[in-house]
Amino acid sequence: MTNTPREITRRQMLRRVGLTALVAGPAAGFLSSCATSGGSEAAPTAAASTAAATSASNPFGVKADAPLEVVIFKGGYSDEYATQSHEPLYKKAFPGATIKHQGIQTIGQTLTPRFASGDVPDVVNNSGTDALDGGALIGAGQLLDLTPLFEAPSVDDPSKKVKDIIVPGTIESGLGGDPAKPYTLNYVYTAYGLWYDSALFEKEGWTPPKTFDEFKTFAEAAKAKDIVPFAYAGKNASYYAYWMILISAAKIGGNEILINIDNLADNAWNNDAIKQSAAAWAEIGKFMDKSYEGLIHTEVQTQQNQGKIALYPSGSWLEAEQAKDTPAEFKYAVAPTPSVTAADKMPYEAVRAAAAEGFVVPAKGKNAQGGLEYLRQMLSKQGAKDFTERTKSLTVVIGATEGLTLSPGLQSVADMQTAAGQNVVTFSTFEGWYKELETELRKQTNALMFGRISAEEFATKMQEAADKTKNDSSITKQTRNV
Amino acid sequence: MRHGKLTPAALRRYGFIVSFLIAPLALYIVFFVSPNLQAIQLAFTNSRGISPTFEYVGFENFIRLFDDEVFWAAVRHHGVILLAMPLLSLLIALFFSFLLNLGGGQRNGRLIGVWGSGFYKVVFFFPQVLAVAIVGVLFQAILRPDKDGILNSALGLVGIDPVGWLINPDLALWTIIGVAVWQAVGFYVVLFSAGMASVPKEIFEAAALDGAGRFTLFFRVTIPLIWNTVQVGWVYLGIAAFDCFALVQVLSVDRGGPDNATTVLPLEIWRQAFTYYKFGYSSAMGVALVFLVLTFAALTLRVTRRERIEY
Repeated sequence: MTNTPREITRRQMLRRVGLTALVAGPAAGFLSSCATSGGSEAAPTAAASTAAATSASNPFGVKADAPLEVVIFKGGYSDEYATQSHEPLYKKAFPGATIKHQGIQTIGQTLTPRFASGDVPDVVNNSGTDALDGGALIGAGQLLDLTPLFEAPSVDDPSKKVKDIIVPGTIESGLGGDPAKPYTLNYVYTAYGLWYDSALFEKEGWTPPKTFDEFKTFAEAAKAKDIVPFAYAGKNASYYAYWMILISAAKIGGNEILINIDNLADNAWNNDAIKQSAAAWAEIGKFMDKSYEGLIHTEVQTQQNQGKIALYPSGSWLEAEQAKDTPAEFKYAVAPTPSVTAADKMPYEAVRAAAAEGFVVPAKGKNAQGGLEYLRQMLSKQGAKDFTERTKSLTVVIGATEGLTLSPGLQSVADMQTAAGQNVVTFSTFEGWYKELETELRKQTNALMFGRISAEEFATKMQEAADKTKNDSSITKQTRNV
Repeated sequence: MRHGKLTPAALRRYGFIVSFLIAPLALYIVFFVSPNLQAIQLAFTNSRGISPTFEYVGFENFIRLFDDEVFWAAVRHHGVILLAMPLLSLLIALFFSFLLNLGGGQRNGRLIGVWGSGFYKVVFFFPQVLAVAIVGVLFQAILRPDKDGILNSALGLVGIDPVGWLINPDLALWTIIGVAVWQAVGFYVVLFSAGMASVPKEIFEAAALDGAGRFTLFFRVTIPLIWNTVQVGWVYLGIAAFDCFALVQVLSVDRGGPDNATTVLPLEIWRQAFTYYKFGYSSAMGVALVFLVLTFAALTLRVTRRERIEY
């Protein structure tokens, strides 16, 4: 059973992890395809040895007729953007190349044995609930350093480098390893917040609450109208709720609260900001029916489309994900999470935004240069525009929406972004780094939001889990400074 | 069977047998024996499963199991499932198959099943035909926790508030056991029917002539006569009780929740391997599971051993 679109959940898993990537290398043979057949790793060979000459239009020296294999996560964005736009763009640049495309949901389960045997694709959209573990991959030298991509001339204007035509922070979001190198291209620009139907809010004369006091007043008002003020799906999307708890904690105490959590700092979870945030959200949880713990995200999202739920925590993929079920009069809009205290370090407008949806190039692919070139084509204006058009999601490419009419939800994201300015809540990298801790957080978030534990117990249990991760020698530790 | 020198005749005979066995045996070794042995080997390593390199860490993975509260929660759940699921399934199946074969009284001096028993046999067997994943999806709709759930909306008609079948930590595991029983019963009804059919009818008729009621007929005659079949069913169901992966994966809150209330070993093995990428530790859990299953099977066969009744 596959839980469909959870495309953003593992998105930053490839950050800041790993070792030096080895470039290219012949596919390991039959023998190494057994799980335990021993460490016969292929000797690394320089990528250049199999490459053609480089030029401004072919900066990586891709062999024109080398076949390219692309694996795309077929989730909320589907994979048409690849088959209908990005792959044709690549073929336009290299008409002699054949492209093998695979659109799947179980990236990890499908590709793990291929990585183990050395027969890897050239581009992997590593996403979804069953994504590959980036930390382990980089630890094994399986991913290619993307620095040449960001230093290469861009497709549309060879006088500008790729790194100059993408949103600042994108490269940093894909950093990994020590010394840190960019291993992941995060392609989609995502913002998180509370989603609502602006048409419904207008009709009822509501505005999204700006403080938790307002939130409670609002909750009573919504309840009086038989509308659930806030709900999320406990069965498979409890992380939507813990995002809100983490965002609120960062608003109270600043981004260092979240950075400390990522770094497994002592008593990071016992910080007052976490407890205050958890307590505030637990109060809102009381307005939720217990049954939401047993529903999945699409069921809850459909209820919102039917006007039964006012505010729903999610990211900017929501509008596209629900496109088929959204009635014509329903107008998606997004608001930042309310402020918890008057002394919050970040203003109400602060928003969690991040580059997401990771693309990686396996180091031992047969056409790793082609993999880099594919990513360069994705970052062309045409590639980005086509992506936005097909998926209703913004990309990290600057100015790629020119000539496009944005949907209400996407416009709302853009507005929220403008209002936030420099007040950006950082993304929690532990979600990808330490899955044990993340799994525990899902569990405890449900327990907190459905009233089985207090905010105090929530903090204690999470601290225990964080300490357990810290003391587990089998887990590779990672740290971040920003 | 002659042992000793390999005469040409013996060679021919063994060659004939071996030629038939070699293909299935090769398949069995490649796809069953070797992965299992590799799993045992992996249990002593720190393999992350995505690279052919790993180190041997001795018994570290097994020592870690002792402190793993989720592992013990899963083992406890297997204990509960092991007690409840086979017992409930077998009792219900025995009762149904008795009714279907012998419970309808006598006609023309012969014992028959209740009216419509042919139809019921098919209906009872139905769940067995469905893949577990389909059963899971079906029950997702049936057990949905709000008033839109099939079961809850039926309860709503008689004024009962929606029950959180899978979201109440005290109830969730029992709900899953219930679904497992629902799926298992049909097969054992058919199995026991076959068992009862192979017992000569004269025995039942003689007992009935001697004045045995249905109750006596069931407990004093039927069960002892098909005890072997019951025993086999018990072992099958016991082994099934160590699985339950698909049902828990599909039905439970956040795969094993709420608060670990429904988690089972196969699910944790899967999580350790494919979520945490700890293939070594995951394999250690797998080895532990194998020993649990083997212990159960050996104990059951020993405890339930009885004189076989020849007829």
